[in-house]
Amino acid sequence: MIERTPILNIVTHAILISGVALILFPVWIAFVAATHTITAVNTAPVELWPGDQFWVNLQAAWSQSDFGPKFINTLIVAVGVVAGKVTLACITAFSIVFFNYRGRMVIFWAIFITLMLPLEVRIVPTYAVAANALSPFQAILDAVGITHLLDALAGIEIALEWNLLNSYTGLILPLVATATGTFLYRQFFLTIPDELVEAARMDGSGPLRFLWDVLIPLSKTNIAALSTIMFVYAWNQYLWPLLVITDRATYGMVVVQLSDLVPDQLTTGGGTPTWHYAMAATLVVMLPPIAVVILMQRWFVRGLINTDK
Amino acid sequence: MAEISIRNLSKSFGRTQVIEDVSLEIKNGEFVVILGPSGCGKSTLLRCIAGLETIGSGDIAIAGRIVNDLEPRERGCAMVFQNYALYPHMSVAENIGYALKVAGVPRSERDARVRVTAALVDLTAYLDRRPGQLSGGQRQRVAMARAIIREPKVFLFDEPLSNLDAKLRVQMRHEIRRIHARVGATSVFVTHDQHEGMTLADRLVIMNNGTIEQVGTPEEIYERPATLYVAGFIGSPPMSFLPGRVPAGQGRLLLDSGQLLPLPRDLARAADGQLVVAGLRPERLKLAEAGRGTLDAVFDFAEDLGAQRIFHLRIEDLTLTVASPAKADLAEGETLGVEVSAGAVQLFDAGSGRLIVPEVSREFASA
Repeated sequence: MIERTPILNIVTHAILISGVALILFPVWIAFVAATHTITAVNTAPVELWPGDQFWVNLQAAWSQSDFGPKFINTLIVAVGVVAGKVTLACITAFSIVFFNYRGRMVIFWAIFITLMLPLEVRIVPTYAVAANALSPFQAILDAVGITHLLDALAGIEIALEWNLLNSYTGLILPLVATATGTFLYRQFFLTIPDELVEAARMDGSGPLRFLWDVLIPLSKTNIAALSTIMFVYAWNQYLWPLLVITDRATYGMVVVQLSDLVPDQLTTGGGTPTWHYAMAATLVVMLPPIAVVILMQRWFVRGLINTDK
Repeated sequence: MAEISIRNLSKSFGRTQVIEDVSLEIKNGEFVVILGPSGCGKSTLLRCIAGLETIGSGDIAIAGRIVNDLEPRERGCAMVFQNYALYPHMSVAENIGYALKVAGVPRSERDARVRVTAALVDLTAYLDRRPGQLSGGQRQRVAMARAIIREPKVFLFDEPLSNLDAKLRVQMRHEIRRIHARVGATSVFVTHDQHEGMTLADRLVIMNNGTIEQVGTPEEIYERPATLYVAGFIGSPPMSFLPGRVPAGQGRLLLDSGQLLPLPRDLARAADGQLVVAGLRPERLKLAEAGRGTLDAVFDFAEDLGAQRIFHLRIEDLTLTVASPAKADLAEGETLGVEVSAGAVQLFDAGSGRLIVPEVSREFASA
């Protein structure tokens, strides 16, 4: 229903504009703080107009946080998560929707319920697995008794180990192993008409060919949406990198670096918060996710309004 | 050479038997239409031939080779689907050429063949469009071209015209016929529309409840429907049925309403002493004044179709339909006569529902 009355227009616009202001005002304050000296920032009342220190603050924040390599690290992890997630989700959903095999629904629900267990909830067991990615297999072998048997018979001790701490793999894999993407793809694949699948079969196309020639081109907008969500999600990771990376000089991520600029008693033992640097750094760290959202926006908006059928 | 041979085919989904012991021989180059109401198993039969459904028991052979366990692509069939099933992200040219691309045909040859095929179905001007930019009839032609380009031994059509409007449907019917004459591949066409069936088919297969009721040319099926079911299914408006019996030695049909119908002598002999159902084609009957026809009936209402009028009459609680180009101004409840010539009556056994065939024409029919 579309109402067209001037009063309603004014009211709705007023609501929208106040919403935008509510969101943008803190960003503005952050920007203003990033343009002043620390003394000006720490003086009440709060400055509302930009000063002339932006460039100075930015350079100081950049070098103090060692942002050059950290940006590259974060980019590697974010792209890795996006690529891993898009591929994994697509293949899993393909299997669940288009193939008929025993236990198909069980597998789907097993994947689906992991939606209820985000990384933060299962962070301790996930850390244990990251410390030795083969430990689940070791546990299975132990439980079945193969370890014991081999030890007794041949004197071979099985001790599987694959340490993921302090590595890109360790940063990426646990973020890839979630159900969101699989579910998104499944819902999309379910809308593909059976006749299209059959037409491809009649045309002589096998399952992988069908996936590559038909499903993936058709799910372009899905891929764009999922990539955007996953990029922002991976870029903003704080807790997991904090835990799994102890060698911060080599594998540090930008969001974790940010927290160093505002030291507090609990984590970094105190110090003076350098708010002007922190705000300047925050603005820079925000840029890549914003760029990705703006770049991808037209894709998934098109996906939402045009079904191309 | 691609004759299709179906022997004792059965198929069920879970506990529901969809096809029951169906056998059918389709000759090379023949255009066969499978006709039946929805749910009669006709589409399933087609999909079994295509290889999109596994079969329960029995055999399907294409060109002498048993194809029961072959993948669709190995059977040499092409299929046209009801909803066209075009790839929405590909251009018309890519849609048509996709099967060749999968088969690894080099690009130059592929393009040439796409052009030739597109010309055959008048699509040359649309090769760069997407399916979404085409009308229903054009999409249907893309689907046809996609099937033709593979030069299949067998064409399968799964109700391909049901999504088109009436005028376009007639036009596409001619087009399909024309293409068949040109390409000459064995074709199996599934539909629930008897006009499509009658106009397209070399031979019609009438299915009901998972079994074949009758196989024959459109003319045979119309003139000599093997069962009551076929008689009622083919013909528009449908045949009227009046139950009665042929008293021994009288050579006439005594209807349950008490009225008498004359019968040809050999038919009367074949049905002598039996309980029967008489079938009367509306277009073979004529209206007459009350008491002047063979039967008397009560007028109910009439439908004016322009070229002809369809008069719905009643004899007790049975309906009798007469189709006639004549105008008649009748009032509801008025009694009038219906002229039935002896040759217009067909008799079906009241128990089995099978057509009663006089001795002479039985020989004639099998010849």
